[in-house]
Amino acid sequence: MSADQSGRAGTPGIRLHATLADAVKLGLTEDEWHKLCEIQGGEPTYPELAIYSLMWSEHCSYKHSRPILGRFPTSGPRILQGPGENAGVIDIGEGWAVAMKVESHNHPSAVEPFQGAATGVGGIIRDIFTMGARPIASLDSLRFGEIEGEENARQRYLFEHVVGGIGFYGNCIGIPTIAGEVYFEDSYAGNCLVNAMCAGLVRTDKIVRAKAAGIGNLVVLIGAKTGRDGIGGASVLASQEFDETLEEKRPSVQVGDPFTEKKLIEACLELLDGKLVVSMQDLGAAGLTSSSSEMASKGFVGLDIHADRVPLREADMEPWEIMISESQERMLSIVEPARLDDVIEVCTRWDLDATVIGEVTDTKLLRILWHGEQVGAIPARRLADESPVIRTPSVKPAYLADEPVDPEAVAAGDDTFGLPAGTPVYPAPAAGDEGLGAALLELLAAPNIASKRWAYEQYDYIVQANTVQIPGSDAAVLRVKDTPLGIAFATDCNGRHCYLDPLRGARAAVAEAARNLSCVGALPLAVTDCLNFGNPEKGEMYWTFEQAVEGMAQACEALETPVVSGNVSFYNESFGNAIYPTPVVGMLGLLDDVSLTADHRFKDEGDVILLLGPDTAALDGSEYQKVHFGRVEGRIPDVDLDLEKRLQAAVRDGVRRGLLTSAHDCAEGGLAVALAECAIGSGATGGLRTDDPDTAVPRFLGAEVELPAASSGSAATEGDAAAPSAAAGRTDIALFGEGPSRVIVTLAETDLDAFLTLLDGVPWANIGRVTGERLAVTIGGIEAFRLPVRRLCEAYESLPQRLH
Amino acid sequence: MSAATEPVRFGLVVFPGSNCDTDAFQAVATFPGATARYLWHKDTGFDDIDAVILPGGFSYGDYLRCGAIARFSPIMDAVRGFAGDGGLVLGICNGFQILAEAGLLPGALIRNTCLTFVCRYVNLRVETTATPFTSACTPGERPRIVVKHNEGNYTADPETLARMKANDQIVLRYVDAAGEPTDAANPNGAVESIAGVCNEGRNVFGMMPHPENSVEDGLAGGTDGRCIFRSMIDHVLAARAAHGAGAGGDASRPAAAAGGAR
Repeated sequence: MSADQSGRAGTPGIRLHATLADAVKLGLTEDEWHKLCEIQGGEPTYPELAIYSLMWSEHCSYKHSRPILGRFPTSGPRILQGPGENAGVIDIGEGWAVAMKVESHNHPSAVEPFQGAATGVGGIIRDIFTMGARPIASLDSLRFGEIEGEENARQRYLFEHVVGGIGFYGNCIGIPTIAGEVYFEDSYAGNCLVNAMCAGLVRTDKIVRAKAAGIGNLVVLIGAKTGRDGIGGASVLASQEFDETLEEKRPSVQVGDPFTEKKLIEACLELLDGKLVVSMQDLGAAGLTSSSSEMASKGFVGLDIHADRVPLREADMEPWEIMISESQERMLSIVEPARLDDVIEVCTRWDLDATVIGEVTDTKLLRILWHGEQVGAIPARRLADESPVIRTPSVKPAYLADEPVDPEAVAAGDDTFGLPAGTPVYPAPAAGDEGLGAALLELLAAPNIASKRWAYEQYDYIVQANTVQIPGSDAAVLRVKDTPLGIAFATDCNGRHCYLDPLRGARAAVAEAARNLSCVGALPLAVTDCLNFGNPEKGEMYWTFEQAVEGMAQACEALETPVVSGNVSFYNESFGNAIYPTPVVGMLGLLDDVSLTADHRFKDEGDVILLLGPDTAALDGSEYQKVHFGRVEGRIPDVDLDLEKRLQAAVRDGVRRGLLTSAHDCAEGGLAVALAECAIGSGATGGLRTDDPDTAVPRFLGAEVELPAASSGSAATEGDAAAPSAAAGRTDIALFGEGPSRVIVTLAETDLDAFLTLLDGVPWANIGRVTGERLAVTIGGIEAFRLPVRRLCEAYESLPQRLH
Repeated sequence: MSAATEPVRFGLVVFPGSNCDTDAFQAVATFPGATARYLWHKDTGFDDIDAVILPGGFSYGDYLRCGAIARFSPIMDAVRGFAGDGGLVLGICNGFQILAEAGLLPGALIRNTCLTFVCRYVNLRVETTATPFTSACTPGERPRIVVKHNEGNYTADPETLARMKANDQIVLRYVDAAGEPTDAANPNGAVESIAGVCNEGRNVFGMMPHPENSVEDGLAGGTDGRCIFRSMIDHVLAARAAHGAGAGGDASRPAAAAGGAR
């Protein structure tokens, strides 16, 4: 560092001079350079330039997404804090509120999966307790390339180490990892997605906001010492595509220390609870720079930061490095001078550093001082407010189809999937265990559907003693201690659907998250989102982004679930290949009475099985299309949001009134896989406990299911509007096709009439009974398959053995 | 108030990285005849405590061997003295690791054979009810309780194992649905499927599963962990009754400023 000839002035050994060439090197454009020169009234110092380069990076400034994100509904009667703070906050009653947010840590995880994922978890947890909330739940939404086969060893490595990193951090810190999702698609091979979500509980009168106030108050840095880790993470990693320099970017990944964060949580919550600090902000992307400038700009004040007073791990760090370091487990707080001793006492008890590094001023400037000398001064509000906005002219991608596929089609000569001309593209399997039965087993074993037990058993999902429903259910359910309330969480997004139609796919993602919550009896309240997309400078990518935001916004409006917080992750491309558009939806639901919840497991022999929802099973975009035929094409069906709302209300009512013995969303793999999951889940002893085929008493419940003959028209009979009648009379598509707004419920026959009165026009069909130890489905009088549930379970649990 | 109706007083040791301390606190609170208080790791002593629990977590981060630093903490001298005087000490998970590191229990806990963290419900078999921690169980009872750990693989040399067997110190084993200690039912590779052991004096007990997460109806954990706390409470009450009006806190226990930092 000390050999830089070009720019040294003032204090010896400190880099002060900056040029346009430096700006470009740090990721700024020439226009942005001229703009910042105008704000600064001349060329910036090097520390000033470093700050601009980070705060105006895509990651910190949302310059491509801000104009579009305004489309989201963000307010509602329960919303106490919408976007713009560290986390959104939702009133759940009884004096309690939930703070929640999801954030990406994609690029760090692609470079160093264990630490990348671990620090992703650590970062989002800090966002939650910064609001004064005690973190009570972690969720993770993950995407990797295909993981089976010799050629995919790298993907297995990423998956295993990401799961390990999440567990390492979450388990140590004592926050249960209660739910999540993972998908494997080739499009994520060069750019895995690691989205971490956290939720916390806070009394409604103790919510803290990150706003500096009180001229003369002290700026106190709490927690870990500052090192060179993560320098430029936001600009180098998060705001660029990947190429062959991946390895060189490793130093930009931070290293996590969950033990220090655990102490930080306890100390900070004690400080906030005792009102010993005025406000607090965590140090995330861009470190001290973003936290101090945000606190100053939100509070309409200035901050003087004495960079030389920051406790360092490496003695020779320069002011600009100190300002942008992304060393983990640090918090910035504003403290009245009279309270300083109390603050230091609390931090000392938790063996944490608490160091006065500056003060609140009336200058409205973020000033950086180095041994008393000013090395940078930036108008805090202009840094925040005048960051660039870029709207790429959007272009509808050429690959998008306007029509669903014809399942009876034969390959043309130019078929891109390599079939000889004249062969059927989608040959239907024959009825019977060797045909449709084998297809079901194939789907149950497919990585996107198979049990995720291997992953979630590496997470402590029980600590804090609130867990009512463990991972593997439609949604996780926690009790809220000392109240009758329960809260439920789900994350969802089918990237393949969003690829085929970003508008419909995003609508479906919101609807599915809400449906999962309704299946456990919870009323969906609010959304936090993580929008993972490719390079926003490309018109086609920008079009999918606009469409996905529009789709999410429509569904959030219809389902009355405002967006309260979130994160945009662009540049998820490697060597020019973009990921599937992946707008991950994290959703909070509320149960008035946590004892009235449901899960997906078949409970009682003789229960009636109903299929609720429309007759829209489609081949397009389905797991069946991908796994069995190796194709991804067509146009996915759209969700009818009005019907969706009525369906969910009926399911929730059925759960709350204790009428339903189980409820399960039909998602990947369609009706047949959903039935199989209900049957496999029945094997767990004691209802809510984890399914462990090694040690659990085998007590599987199967089902006898009868569906009407599949025909090209509607098979609706009186009261049976939902019975699947797939396109072109295809029984395979009736079984495995996917469509929105479909839920399987079971109930005692004696409760059937009572439940039907709740349906409010939602189509339904009585499709069979829970019975025996086999799952048998008959369509139009012909048996499609009859398989022991034990065999279904073996396929469902087979993935870990296949990978090792 | 007579000695028999005074609450049984649990002391819960809190290291900075403990994360099951509040769970244990609440578990104790579900028993009408029991109270709990936190004991801070920097404290050098405590009194008015009938039973000590070292809860689960990551004591001092445990980036080194689990419990290797915790055994040197100030509170552990007090715990050692308390145990030496016959006080009941229960170590759960990280607490078990610390007790083994501190030499208060035989054997050691090493990395799971699967090399990953394991969070799973396991079937246990109560091997002996002749301890203050399992006296309320029925012999051969099979509680189903969650384990969650990286280093739960119990090991001891053959001589130690033989001595422990001779003294009936093996308290809990991992078993399958049929009650057999099979390899498949052993979540961490522990020697002879050992899940919990006590010392020769039978007043110090360590177990890897988390009974504090299995005490309340309506939660995923069930209630099979209650028998451990029930046993401890019964034991303290019986000891008090045997000592007449002497209550629990006898004079030989180390007296110093009590903790309860949180």
